[in-house]
Amino acid sequence: MTETTDDESQNTPADGPGDAASPAASDAEPLLRVRGLMRHFPITKGLLKRQVGAVQAVDGIDFDVYPGETLGVVGESGCGKSTMGRLITRLDEPTGGSIEFEGKDITHLSTGRLRPMRRDVQMIFQDPYGSLNPRHTIGGIIGTPFRLQGVEPEGGVKKEVQRLLELVGLSPEHYNRYPHEFSGGQRQRIGIARALALKPKLVVADEPVSALDVSIQAQVVNLMDDLQDELGLTYVIIAHDLSVIRHVSDRIAVMYLGKIVELSDRASLYASPLHPYTKALLSAVPVPDPKRRTERDRILLKGDVPSPINPPSGCRFRTRCWKATEVCTTTEPPLVALRTGHQVACHHPEPVTGEPAAAGGAGGKESTGGHA
Amino acid sequence: MTAPIETTGAAAQAQPEAVLQGVETKRIEGRSLGRIALLRFRRDKVAVVGAIVVILLIAIAALSRPIQALLGLDPDAPQQSLIDPNTTLPKGDMGGMSLDHPLGVDPKFGRDLLARVLEGSWVSLIVAFGATLLSVAIGTVMGVIAGFYRGRVDAVISRLMDVFLAFPLLLFAIAISASLQGGAFGLTGLPLHLSVLIFVIGFFNWPYMGRIVRAQTLSLREREFVDAARGMGARGPFILFRELLPNLVGPIVVYSTLLIPSNILFEAALSFLGVGIQPPQASWGGMLNQAVKYYEVDPQYMLVPGIAIFVTVLAFNLLGDGLRDALDPRSR
Ligand SMILES: Nc1ncnc2c1ncn2[C@@H]1O[C@H](COP(=O)(O)OP(=O)(O)O)[C@@H](O)[C@H]1O
Ligand code: SF4
Ligand SMILES: [Mg+2]
Repeated sequence: MTETTDDESQNTPADGPGDAASPAASDAEPLLRVRGLMRHFPITKGLLKRQVGAVQAVDGIDFDVYPGETLGVVGESGCGKSTMGRLITRLDEPTGGSIEFEGKDITHLSTGRLRPMRRDVQMIFQDPYGSLNPRHTIGGIIGTPFRLQGVEPEGGVKKEVQRLLELVGLSPEHYNRYPHEFSGGQRQRIGIARALALKPKLVVADEPVSALDVSIQAQVVNLMDDLQDELGLTYVIIAHDLSVIRHVSDRIAVMYLGKIVELSDRASLYASPLHPYTKALLSAVPVPDPKRRTERDRILLKGDVPSPINPPSGCRFRTRCWKATEVCTTTEPPLVALRTGHQVACHHPEPVTGEPAAAGGAGGKESTGGHA
Repeated sequence: MTAPIETTGAAAQAQPEAVLQGVETKRIEGRSLGRIALLRFRRDKVAVVGAIVVILLIAIAALSRPIQALLGLDPDAPQQSLIDPNTTLPKGDMGGMSLDHPLGVDPKFGRDLLARVLEGSWVSLIVAFGATLLSVAIGTVMGVIAGFYRGRVDAVISRLMDVFLAFPLLLFAIAISASLQGGAFGLTGLPLHLSVLIFVIGFFNWPYMGRIVRAQTLSLREREFVDAARGMGARGPFILFRELLPNLVGPIVVYSTLLIPSNILFEAALSFLGVGIQPPQASWGGMLNQAVKYYEVDPQYMLVPGIAIFVTVLAFNLLGDGLRDALDPRSR
């Protein structure tokens, strides 16, 4: 804790780090409020199932999701994004921390108690082949949420399902077809239709396009974007790199080994990333403008992601960080706001330029990064 | 977000990939995986032959008694006139084959072998089907429970399956048959022997089915469509019956079909050892048992039940293999 102290005192984060990272309308109540979220998978050994350790898949993360926004979550494979998604949709139960949806604590609700909330929170899955039951027709699949929640839509389930099919750009005639008759992109549209059937408030999409052909990825992302405008949805979109979600996210959380290392609004993050890891991730994103490409060298991270069973002490990124010092080994950097709407967890963040955050246009500044 | 969903912009702009476009106009009704499997199965000539033979065998077994009546055959009627009193072998060549007795007669008694092999067919199939049904019923329930609930339940059931598989089944069968010889559960004679065989074979074979169903359930429950259902508020029974079971039907059918021939062999073996169907009731295993005593002097006798068993087992195996290939998700 050296150079960050000044900024910290100026911003005075009140009762939680999330407050500093709220979007422009910071007085709005968050739809989802996550504090200290943790999921450790126990590793057991032997007949007696003695616990010998834990996979610290998600290890204490805080964030808020505000109505109508899109929060992008990025990070390398294995950093706990899917686990986080399964926790906030309560497909899995946290081992620590809390999740509030619309002010209601849902952290440890039982299956039965969760039922009403299931209507409002839906998930779009990564694998378009695994997420649709091969034995059911499309009509059956998209109609299932109505049956499970006991909802009788106006005009009947069949009509509503056909309307949803049209909504996601498929033909209502596909009603009696089976999943294997569709391409990956079409299946993902079916998954989207199912997620939207009950008019949810929050949709969590776990790498919704990473299994798809590159040519189709944009179509599906655009569809999700259009549907958000049309239906007033709130999204949490998970991705493993910064390219796919670049255009749809309002705010972006960067995860590394079970932690959020940077959380910022999009413009600020892309213009001047503060965390070395974010910088590295950004340098891997292809830049359309060749002039900018030259000044932004590609940062190649050394080494592999450490195991979440035995993460490094202090800052988890230190084993691969070119700026690491003694303090990084001993002290875990807290996630603090260095600018309005821009939080970072690093002892030696990139120089903070401008306060408040400059717009994305003045982007040349990130070249000032002093990495070797 | 309570506003009604309007169908507008998004639908118009979204461009579904043109993958199905050519086919689209022709058929509206989707082809289920079952129908696709059927189409694929029909292309497998060997399996189709197996299926035809199986259907024929089932028809013959089911109509065994009427066919005997029609042909005027009696499997239990001894005809000493056909037996050479000195050797106790059938008179004439080829085990006493004649127009009246196309497959010959058995030594010592002179009973018609066609009648006996017909009579044995229904015994064989009823035991094999009954035992398979029992195994499948127990195995499916136990396998689904173990695979679905995992943890301690799975550990208990899995150990139970190990115990059953390690059981000296043959010794048990011999012991149980011997001790129930006189009668039990109000049953005597043939019904008793059939029930005991079905019970012994079926009850001790269930882990075979149980393991397959358990493994399938374990992998199915990790599929994302199960999470999708849970995410919409589904509970255990819904997931079990609506999401998992439809995907288990294929493997269960396939492995039942493959279990039948092994059960036919089992029944034959037990009857051969004298602890299954008891004489004078005709059964394939029992016929073999008697035939071995004569195999040097009357080899034709052995061939009759031998071929019957061979053809039946082969046909069921071909059918099962064909079904497996047609339904196997990996070849999809
Ligand atoms: N059910 C589980 N049991 C044990 N470990 C798990 C389980 N699910 C995920 N993990 C581990 O947690 C870590 C994070 O996984 P995941 O959330 O899937 O990462 P991501 O989606 O970012 O690729 C990985 O190391 C993974 O092996
Ligand atoms: S805290 Fe230290 S090791 Fe971690 S990212 Fe910052 S400089 Fe690198
Ligand atoms: Mg993942």
